[in-house]
Amino acid sequence: MPTDGLTLDALTLTQGDFSLSADLTVPEGQTIAVMGPSGGGKSTLLSGIAGFLSPTSGRILWNGQDITPAAPAQRPVTMLFQEHNLFPHLTLAQNVGLALGPSLKHAASPKVADALSRVGLETLGPRRPAEVSGGQRSRAALARILLAGKPLVLMDEPFAALGPGLKQDMLALVDETLRAAGRTLLMVTHDPADARAIADQVIVVEESRALPPTPTAELLDNPPPGLASYLGTSARARSSS
Amino acid sequence: MAHRALPVGPGVAASLAVLAFVLVPLGAVALRAGGAGMPSPGDWAAFRFTLWQAALSALISCALAVPVARALMRRRFPGRALFISLIGAPFILPVIVAVFGLVAIFGRNGWLNAALGPLGLPPLSIYGAHGVILAHVFFNLPLATRMLLSGFASIPGEHWRLAEALNLPRFRFLEWPMLRDRLPGAFLLIFLICLTSFAVALTLGGGPRATTLELAIYQALRFDYDLGKAALMAAAQCAVCLAALALARRVALAPVAAPGLGLPPRLPSGPLWLDALVIAAAGAFLLLPLAAVVTSGLAGIAELPPTIWRAALRSLIVALSATALSMALALLMARTGGRLAEVASALPLAASSLVTGTGIFLILFRLIRPEALALPATIAVNAVIALPFAYRILRPALQQAEMNYGRLADQLGLAGLARWRLMLAPLARGPIGFAAGLIGAMAMGDLGVIALFASQEQQTLPLAMSRAMGAYRMEEAAGAGLLLVIMAFGLFWIFDRGGRDAN
Repeated sequence: MPTDGLTLDALTLTQGDFSLSADLTVPEGQTIAVMGPSGGGKSTLLSGIAGFLSPTSGRILWNGQDITPAAPAQRPVTMLFQEHNLFPHLTLAQNVGLALGPSLKHAASPKVADALSRVGLETLGPRRPAEVSGGQRSRAALARILLAGKPLVLMDEPFAALGPGLKQDMLALVDETLRAAGRTLLMVTHDPADARAIADQVIVVEESRALPPTPTAELLDNPPPGLASYLGTSARARSSS
Repeated sequence: MAHRALPVGPGVAASLAVLAFVLVPLGAVALRAGGAGMPSPGDWAAFRFTLWQAALSALISCALAVPVARALMRRRFPGRALFISLIGAPFILPVIVAVFGLVAIFGRNGWLNAALGPLGLPPLSIYGAHGVILAHVFFNLPLATRMLLSGFASIPGEHWRLAEALNLPRFRFLEWPMLRDRLPGAFLLIFLICLTSFAVALTLGGGPRATTLELAIYQALRFDYDLGKAALMAAAQCAVCLAALALARRVALAPVAAPGLGLPPRLPSGPLWLDALVIAAAGAFLLLPLAAVVTSGLAGIAELPPTIWRAALRSLIVALSATALSMALALLMARTGGRLAEVASALPLAASSLVTGTGIFLILFRLIRPEALALPATIAVNAVIALPFAYRILRPALQQAEMNYGRLADQLGLAGLARWRLMLAPLARGPIGFAAGLIGAMAMGDLGVIALFASQEQQTLPLAMSRAMGAYRMEEAAGAGLLLVIMAFGLFWIFDRGGRDAN
């Protein structure tokens, strides 16, 4: 078993009467799309890796080290949620600064200014989330992830609320920041075009199981029956055109 | 969900402290009393009066709230939002001031009799059972109206449009199901509040036909020093309240504090004159007594004696201390109190604050001089009385904050104080300000335990005012009343405003 990257070792996650099993390895530095039908367990998988949900059995390892008992903040993991990524009462700079520790003083740190400029928000640090656009909020959340410096980044449909143009911009930004920095990325997406655009491999989550990663093009060109019916023929045609 | 289970910590300790604070003094009174005698016919009369006045007060408040809330729901007029805020005023109006205002309108020499006299009608009296009920309706009609307004606001706009599209009778299909849901909760809450009524019964009631249990407890303690009787009455009151509470839990009370300004997309019609009449009548009933307090107090407030100003300062200290204590308890219990906090936060609704005060006195009087105990005991009792309201305002706000941002905070390692400072306090700022304002105003106006203990040197403003009324120093009472209104509303306004200011 390779020790590099993320290993889910005979993992079982249970949420109410839903249960998900996973036994797989993600090599460090890879970008993985997590795909599958709604209710299949994609969010459960991410919650388990992030530490919001304790597994009923099995282990989670990062580079060979068991992180199963660690609290979310103690894990080498950070997560971008679907929404509520920024505290509404704090400025963008204060929100980003929280990556450095639980104090608002970090907002003035040059590291925060640097992270904001890397996502194109140089001048918007003093604004509050409600005072900027949806795309700018996504960028600020990304800046915090960049600054947090955790090697494993989880994204639960983070750009689903953005229009197609903005979403492409954000994916490009993820590509040139997080991916370029060698972070390991797990991104939940419904759109095969996203997967083709950014993912090296795809983890399919269906019928209470997370399958080991498969190279993206190979999987999407010849999807197994479950994934095929989820994607629909038109989606497949669009994604491969 | 297992991973969202809140840590059980200081909130449990706070809940236990509140339980002990209510139950230990009750035990002390019962122990000291020894074997209580059989209840006298007078005791039974107090028991019966307590029940039926509370039931009737709740019934009338709810029955009147339905047309008022409906009229406010379907009409838009300039100043509507202000009007809704203003008719909420009686809820935080100090009881003794409200009684003063009601007497000025409905009393023997009041405005109403002045209007009826020339018509040859006999003068009305406000003293007695009907006066007690009138005052209770005055306090609780706004509460019921607010609860129903928030109920109307909770009916989705789509449902109104759907009812219209399908030509369904709106009352039967939309309004009645909501009312059926909300009215039992409103009725029980008001019933509970009226069960432990003291200051209203003290000032407007009394005698064999209009004495509540709480007033009977006061008389047993203050005039007869009959602890056995007080303990028996307290137990009876507690049993009735607990029964009502148990019922109330089953019907799930609607939130107390919902502003309810929402409007259906297209307003259902009805006769305009009827709605206008209802709104005007409710406004007159709820606002004229307040106007009477202001007009009669203006003359006296400039010439208040120094004793009144000292009482006002004492009241301010009591109110601020009680607010701080109550908020600390409510926040801890709402966050980490678990199921125990649910029980502990509701229990004060069932407790007699006079018995709690007496119990504290019995436990501590060998150690501390009673005079030295009066203000601390008043602060503690007021903090605990207000707890049920504070808890129910804060708990949903903290839960919402935790639901939306808990995972983000977990991930950022925000724990303990940092979580309060950076996440919970700012996110729950509005409800925190509202709750603090409510507690502050309630404590400022409370006339309960203090009436039992205080000598001239420890009297608070409500007590000083009631003593001035009792001594027929009406000018002084009116001035003190206006000062009390200004302080209670001012405190509410400052805290509530502080919660709203988003800097």
